[in-house]
Amino acid sequence: MKKHLMAAAISVLALGSTLAQADDTLAKIKSTGSVTLGVRESSGLGYTLGNGKYVGFHTEMGERILADIQKQLGLAKLDVKYQPVTSQNRIPLVTNGTVDIECGSTTNSAARQKEVAFAYTTYVEEVRIAVNAKSGITGIKDLNGKTIVTTTGTTSVQTLRKNKRADGLTFKEVMGKDHADSFLMLETGRADAFVMDGSILAANISKSKNPNDYKIVGEVLSVEPIACMLRKDDEAFKKAVDASIERQIKDGSLGKLYDKWFLQPIPPNGVKIGLPLSAATKNAWEHPNDKPMEDYKVE
Amino acid sequence: MSWEWQVFCQDTITQEVGQSCFGKNGDITYLDWMLSAWGWTVSVSLLSLVIALVVGSFIGTLRTLPDRPWIVRLGNAWVELFRNIPLLVHIFMWYHVVPAIFPAMKSLPGFVLVVFALGFFTSARIAEQVRSGIQALPRGQRYAGMALGLTTFQYYRYVLLPMAFRIIIPPLTSETMNIFKNSSVAFAVSVAELTMFAMQAQEETARGVEIYLAVTVLYVISAFAINRIMAFIEKRSRVPGLIAASGGGH
Repeated sequence: MKKHLMAAAISVLALGSTLAQADDTLAKIKSTGSVTLGVRESSGLGYTLGNGKYVGFHTEMGERILADIQKQLGLAKLDVKYQPVTSQNRIPLVTNGTVDIECGSTTNSAARQKEVAFAYTTYVEEVRIAVNAKSGITGIKDLNGKTIVTTTGTTSVQTLRKNKRADGLTFKEVMGKDHADSFLMLETGRADAFVMDGSILAANISKSKNPNDYKIVGEVLSVEPIACMLRKDDEAFKKAVDASIERQIKDGSLGKLYDKWFLQPIPPNGVKIGLPLSAATKNAWEHPNDKPMEDYKVE
Repeated sequence: MSWEWQVFCQDTITQEVGQSCFGKNGDITYLDWMLSAWGWTVSVSLLSLVIALVVGSFIGTLRTLPDRPWIVRLGNAWVELFRNIPLLVHIFMWYHVVPAIFPAMKSLPGFVLVVFALGFFTSARIAEQVRSGIQALPRGQRYAGMALGLTTFQYYRYVLLPMAFRIIIPPLTSETMNIFKNSSVAFAVSVAELTMFAMQAQEETARGVEIYLAVTVLYVISAFAINRIMAFIEKRSRVPGLIAASGGGH
């Protein structure tokens, strides 16, 4: 009995170490003929339509990256598995090998670079303020004494905290459980302003009952590079992913993809988000890089 | 997987690790933040517990009154109303729906709402336990009280309730521990308690495992402290020979 336990323990240990060594993702894809793409279920850059179907700007870009890798490896068939991830589990799922590449809405930051690697930045998110159109609020200086809502578990909470300190403002913060909840607080007047990523604000406004009642105002509070996330220390795979992104930028297909998801009607409701390509994103495309958030400055 | 417990000494704005793990001059570290979040969790739980015990005992007692069918029905309605709505839905009702009908409710802070929502929710469960405790007593006790010429209030106060509460202490202990755990729903209405801290801090620091472990330990400590207090009360209030706990047969 003891011997069996011992054998089981050893084989588990051995399994653990082989998993830990499997950091050559290209070889893994080639030998298994399959790859796992981490996707988001409800974010501005990737979401689900139900029934295991995942769409969105970054989801589709990820699919194209994998198609390029299939070509590079000369595989006749590549089985792409989709693994929905959340902000809480995305980093562990990438580091433990469940997900090979995650293309959702992950901010490239110095803290995260200690655990994972990032591909070239493909979208630059700007944190903005959404208000009721009739409120007369035009910028952060008008928010003194007002109630601001933001969503728990996002970097916007941190941005707000920094601005509060820097400008000596005294506003009241409330936190929504998710973006829909936060927007509901703005809608019902429980909050005067909603501070969040521009793409999320635009998407929520476009989906609301009366999109004309809300507008995005004021200065950009923070800039965050969003990129696909990969395992650390896997140079060959990162090179292949970056090459595919460069190809997509150069031949204009990434620009067309942006147009499709941000300026044209999108499923499931056929509404337009209507968020033109920002100068910051354009700049990131012109000079492909994987710099973390800390290297970006708010102009 | 490597640990990095220093994350708690980081400043929440600069993300730099200071010399002390407690911030100075108005700076706040993640440790400071977590302790204040713990304070919120404990405050929400204890205040809800007070409401739950008072309202629960009152409603539970009402449900056993003899010859008062309407009061009993009212008590039953209260219990079924609060027992059959999920806690989170309950809180959203108070936070989003009720203020839409009565705009004055909008100015009520989320903290007050959560305390009442959690208190009322748990009061329904405590009421059910109080009722079962009273009904578990032999009918003769009530009759004895009546025969002595005690009023209804008096025989409840001096005969039935002291016995009933001793019987229900064990399930009441579970309920008080549940309050601590259920207080995590408060994050949904923007109370800066432990669960909200965990969700927010793990996003900012990318050290989710350490943060969740620390928060788990704090929940365990809080719930276990309540468990020990209740065990102490149970021991001190025991009357030898009265209840089965003394080991007697029938």
